[in-house]
Amino acid sequence: MGKLIRFLPLILVIALGVVLYRGLSLNPQDMPSALVGKAMPAFSLVTLNDSEKTVSQTDLVGDIVLVNVWATWCPTCKYEHPYLVDVAKDPQVKLYGLNYKDDRDAAKKWLEHYEDPYVFSIFDEEGTLGLDLGVYGAPETFVIDHHGVIRKRFAGAIDTRVWRREFEPLIAQLIEEKKQGK
Amino acid sequence: MRLISIFILAFALVIGVNQASASPVETFEFNDEVTKIRFQALSKELRCPKCQNQNLADSNSPIAQDLRKELYELLQQGKADSEIVDFMVSRYGEFVLYRPRVSALTYVLWFGPVVLILIGIIVVIVVVRRKPADKKALVLTSEQQDKLKDLLNDK
Repeated sequence: MGKLIRFLPLILVIALGVVLYRGLSLNPQDMPSALVGKAMPAFSLVTLNDSEKTVSQTDLVGDIVLVNVWATWCPTCKYEHPYLVDVAKDPQVKLYGLNYKDDRDAAKKWLEHYEDPYVFSIFDEEGTLGLDLGVYGAPETFVIDHHGVIRKRFAGAIDTRVWRREFEPLIAQLIEEKKQGK
Repeated sequence: MRLISIFILAFALVIGVNQASASPVETFEFNDEVTKIRFQALSKELRCPKCQNQNLADSNSPIAQDLRKELYELLQQGKADSEIVDFMVSRYGEFVLYRPRVSALTYVLWFGPVVLILIGIIVVIVVVRRKPADKKALVLTSEQQDKLKDLLNDK
């Protein structure tokens, strides 16, 4: 017992070292969203391509939905764009855009120049829906199940690796849930 | 003397300029002094979600500007402090609070230091109390006493 106590400080220091070392590899930007498990917040906004067409949260219910927050002022959105074009080809998910605090003409030009992967883009010039979603930057991507409940929020760019790791398992699970009529 | 006062003035100016450049440049009109103080207190209490070690009052990032505006509007609508905090937490999570609420998740954070101090006090008490016991061991048995006497007498 006496000998063990002598080693206690060493053991404590090693334990502390392990904890701190683990802390080094954690991403401090990685925050859980307060909205996971909650319904998509209510909104009523026009689409990017048609300033006459108003859409709301009910337009997103029924399918497994991805809502991608993007803007022309966001360089990472450009990086992520080709992957989104790929994702949009998957018939089992529907990809919507949330054009966040952007200039309409610039955003339209962007979609013409690259490719428009979105079913439609919600035009959130003032960032009101962004605020309700707890968006603090772009790009961010939300996964919404067929009941309209937010199941995941991912901040950062999507690429093949991120997609496989962060999205594929969840989407497979949601497809299964939908099949079972949960 | 004059030189000193010039130095002091220059120093004050430098500090003043630094402070002015550090604080964001918006002006909000408040109806009364109390609302203004509440605004200042809340924007110090709430954390900027993007720039993690700054509060809303300090940060100049677009999201902090938006949230200050939102905070101002909520205050103008006559919302209570707790309602405003709930509003922010429901969107940005517990993270936005510089002083996290007491919950199962934050027990360690809130009570950890107290527990550590208590453990420290207990350790100190135990160590201090053990000393007399050690001293007892120093008392010689009668055999040892005799031996000692022999040794001393030999001299």
